[in-house]
This record gives sequence, structure tokens and C-alpha cells, in this order.
Amino acid sequence: MSQTQAVEVVDLVKTYGQTRAVAGMSFGVATGTVTALLGPNGAGKTTTVEICEGFRRPDAGTVRVLGLDPVADGAALRPRVGVMLQSGGMYPGARAHEMLRLVAAHHASPLDPDLLLERVGLLGSAARTPFRRLSGGQQQRLSLAMAIVGRPELVFLDEPTAGLDVRARHDTWDLIEELRASGVTVVLTTHAMDEAERLADHVVIVNRGRVVAAGSPAELTKGGADGELRFRAPSGLDLSQLLAALPPGAQASERAGGHYVVRGTIDPPFLAAVTAWCAGNGVLPSDLRVEQRSLEDVFVELTGSELAP
Amino acid sequence: MTATTQPAPAPPPARPALDLRPAPGAAPVGRMLAGQTRMELTLNLRHGESVLLTLLIPVGLLVFFSAVDVLPADGRDAVDFLVPGVLALAVMSTAFTGQAIATGFERRYGVLKRLGATPLPRWVLLAGKTLAVLAIMLIQAVLLCAVGLALGWDPRLPGVAAGIGWLLLLVVLGTAAFSGLGLLMAGTLRAEATLAAANGVYLLLLLVGGVVFPLTELPGWLRAVAEVLPTAALSKGLRSVLADGVGPGVGPVVVLACWAVAAVGLAARFFRWE
Ligand SMILES: Nc1ncnc2c1ncn2[C@@H]1O[C@H](COP(=O)(O)OP(=O)(O)OP(=O)(O)O)[C@@H](O)[C@H]1O
Ligand SMILES: [Mg+2]
Repeated sequence: MSQTQAVEVVDLVKTYGQTRAVAGMSFGVATGTVTALLGPNGAGKTTTVEICEGFRRPDAGTVRVLGLDPVADGAALRPRVGVMLQSGGMYPGARAHEMLRLVAAHHASPLDPDLLLERVGLLGSAARTPFRRLSGGQQQRLSLAMAIVGRPELVFLDEPTAGLDVRARHDTWDLIEELRASGVTVVLTTHAMDEAERLADHVVIVNRGRVVAAGSPAELTKGGADGELRFRAPSGLDLSQLLAALPPGAQASERAGGHYVVRGTIDPPFLAAVTAWCAGNGVLPSDLRVEQRSLEDVFVELTGSELAP
Repeated sequence: MTATTQPAPAPPPARPALDLRPAPGAAPVGRMLAGQTRMELTLNLRHGESVLLTLLIPVGLLVFFSAVDVLPADGRDAVDFLVPGVLALAVMSTAFTGQAIATGFERRYGVLKRLGATPLPRWVLLAGKTLAVLAIMLIQAVLLCAVGLALGWDPRLPGVAAGIGWLLLLVVLGTAAFSGLGLLMAGTLRAEATLAAANGVYLLLLLVGGVVFPLTELPGWLRAVAEVLPTAALSKGLRSVLADGVGPGVGPVVVLACWAVAAVGLAARFFRWE
């Protein structure tokens, strides 16, 4: 087992009755990185993560977490792995600070619960509020704090920013980046493209229990299909001439009189070729825009469906 | 520890920084057990309904039936009959009813699952619950005995050492039996079903458990059944020790031991954490 892989999932299958929640998934998580499992509702993210946490047993395939088996070696893994469930997991009547203290008491050298509560914005009256009366976002932040209070080397965060307002979301992103900077390996799930793009070193796009693409955000948005370049210019330009000046495979079209769209693998030489052709023809393009693919575009392309926001 | 002999601590940084660098490890068992017990106790004493169940009902029964004096008490004060009975009831309501309901909802809310992801071993979780149950029973016993004494209770122990020995044996067996039954219920049924069943069983065992009136008042067939139920065995055993000043006899001890072994065994076998 290589030390550089914190998590290795190979050909994982999990079926519930008729539902194939996970249908042959494989991916790896490099130590010290942030990996995002990105996919729509019901894609199998929670199932996969909970198999890695040892809560559920796979029907087929292998899962190694820190080189160990999540179920058989559970006792050895639990001190080293932090867990944030998608929901629940708290005594409804326990106050936030009691819950955090309880989990801290299970670990050898935990973070100071008060400092951590302050960090996730739960100091003061929220710390003394029973869990069931905390707002959804406060519950999420307590759950995150519980995942990291034991100073784990690997954390699984199941939708860490679901239900958070913009400010809390950014605070959580900062905290996750700080975890990575401190050497903690992070596996998180999300439906939010911008979150995966912003946080993750490695994104695993899942849909219907399968991995449909994986790579860094840059790799995912660069590779595969083409980008678009749009500009406005007088209508009636001879596009066959333009295409002759561009690398093979490029396409160009005019829409709605004077709105031009050029498709191709858009890199700096491609852009230079388009503008050089315009200059050579005495055309001044306006509104020139290069549209790079976002993860959202990648996702829509790969799955033919839109993600919920 | 004296502050003067210690080196001065480093001044705290301006903004309290969290040291997130990994430092994994399980806490010593003692610290986990203390934390778990404290949590269980805190929650138990915080919940209004469980205080009602575990404190007010036994005290209320004791006061009410002592005052109205409707019970056949073979020439002695009703309170001498009642105190052992309500002590048995207190063991049952704490170890069985309260624990079953609380644990059922902990399971439903994923608490047991979540705690299962920390280094806390399951046996420490259960030990913490048991310690909390014992502590609450101690509080109840002190309170019930005080109320009993105030009502004229005249305990007759078979000697102090023997009396305490027998009481401990009965309470330990009773706690094991009722905890096992409560956890078996909480670990296999849905939370709502546990809530209903635990309260139903509580009421039933209160009526046919020899708590507020003797089993001799029951029809013969029902009495035969009641004799082998854990509540009747516990109240009968406690009554022998506390009211008659003799040992509990073989019957109640064997009945309780059988229930304890069976209930703990079944709970260990069938309890589901999620
Ligand atoms: N315990 C279970 N019993 C039956 N079906 C289940 C169970 N857990 C998950 N499923 C099914 O498996 C599929 C994947 O569920 P999963 O919770 O892993 O999705 P997810 O990607 O986490 O979704 P979300 O974004 O909504 O959290 C769903 O169709 C779900 O209904
Ligand atoms: Mg999920």
C-alpha cells in the first residue's frame, strides 16, 4: 500500500434492493490533498464516504483507508480519521459545547473546544443552546468542529457547506484550506461546482454510482471538448477564410447578424490567429470573449443533466 | 499544583490560532468513561420527563399509598411494605424504561453511529450508561429512603453487612436484567415503538410487580406469571431483606439472574447501533 494514497477505492459496488447506489467506482485520494466527490442528489456520494468510514460494508470491490480496511481495522482507524455526517449524530438535548467536549474527551490531544467553537462561530449563546434548537447552519458548523477536534490526519466531510450562508461558507472554505496547509487530507462531498473548483486539488465527478470524470479542476475544464470564442463584428464575414487560418477542427458560425462564435481548443495561439485574421481583413472585433468551460459545463456534458444549485 | 513553581506560560498569541496539524490518538479509557458518564448524567437529569418517571412517580406512589393505607400489610405499616416495592420500581424505571427510551432516540438520531466513529469503544459507551444509571438510582434510593423514614418506615435488616451485601446483589442483578431488556428494545425497535413499549411494560410491571400491593392479591394464573417477572422478583427480594430482615431466598435471586443473563446476552447479540 503506497503511503501517498490516503484512500484507495477500487471497483466499489453497493446495492440496496433494486438500487445500485454505487456501481463500480474507483478513485484515489492523495495524502495531504483536498478531494471533492462532486455529483447530484442520489449519485452515491454518501454511500461511498460511509463505506470509507466503515459504517457500511461494500458488496464488491476494495476500499483501503490509510492502508487499512475500514471495517476490520476500524479500531485502529477511528483515532486517525475525522467524520462529519451529512446529518444527525448529536444528542438532541446536548448543548454545542457539551457535544464538542465529549468528542474531545475521546482523543489523546484534541483541539481546545472553546477555541474551536470560536473559530466556527459558535461561541456565546449558541454554545449553550441544545443541538435541536440550533439553526441548520449552526448544526453543520458544530458537526464540522466535531470532525476535526480530535486532530485527525484524514477527514471525511459529507456536504460541509450545505445550508450555510455566504459568510459561513467562506469561513468553512478557509478552515478546509487551513486543514490542508496543516497536512490534513480532506475528502469532501458537494453539489456545488464553485466549491469543488475553489477547494479541491482533485475532483471526482460521480453520477448514478459511477465516476464520470476525475482530475484537477484545471484538467477537467481544459481537456475534452472545446471552448468558445465570441465576438461582434460587421455581419457577412467570410468564415471559410477564417477557418483556413485556424487549426484543423475549429468551427465558426454567425448568429443573429454580427454575433460570431468560434469553437476550438482555445489557447493563446488560437486567439492570436483569430485576431490576426481580423486585422488582416480590417475588421475590429468588439465584445471579444473567451468562454472557458466551468466544471458545470463539464458536468452537463458528461451526464446530460444539470446539477441542483 | 502551585502556580509559582511552574515556568511562566508563553504569552497567548494575539489571535488564538488553532493548531490543526494532525496529532491523532485515542484518549485513555478513564477519560472517555468520565466524559461519557458525565454526558449521560447531564442529559438524564436535564430531561423533565425522565425526572418525572424516575423520581416523582415512585415518590408519589410511596406517599399516596402510605397515606391512604388501603393495602393489606399483615399488621405492619403500609410504608414498610411500600419502600422495598418503590425501590424496585425505581430500578426498573431508570435501568429499563428511561434507558430504553433515551437509547432508542440516540440510535434514531445517529448519536450511536456518530460516537461509533470516534475512538470510544462500545463497551465504554455502555459502561458510561451503566454508571449514569447507577448514580441516578443512588439518588433515588436516598430520596425514597428519606421519604420513607419521614413516613414512619421501620427497616429491619438481617444485620448491616449481610443486609448491604444482599441489597447490592439484588440491585446489581436487577440493573443488569433491566438494562439488558431496555437496550435490547432500544437496539432492535424503532424509537417510537420503543417509547410506547417501554412505557407499556413499565405500567404492566408496576401493576403485577408486587410494587404497591402484594402478588397474593392477584388471580392465581396471573400470580404464577408475575412471580417469574423481574420486577416481582426484585421487589420480593428487597422486601425480604428490608422488611423481614432475612435473606432474599433462592427464588428471587435465581429469577433475576436468569433474566440478567438472558437479557444481556440477547442485547449483545441483537443490538443494532444504526
Ligand atoms: N440505507 C439505504 N437504503 C436504501 N437505499 C439507499 C440507502 N442509502 C442510500 N440509498 C440509495 O442509494 C442512492 C445513493 O444515495 P446516496 O445517499 O449515497 O447519495 P448522495 O450522492 O449522497 O446524495 P445527496 O447529494 O442527496 O446526499 C440513492 O438512490 C439512495 O436512495
Ligand atoms: Mg449524501
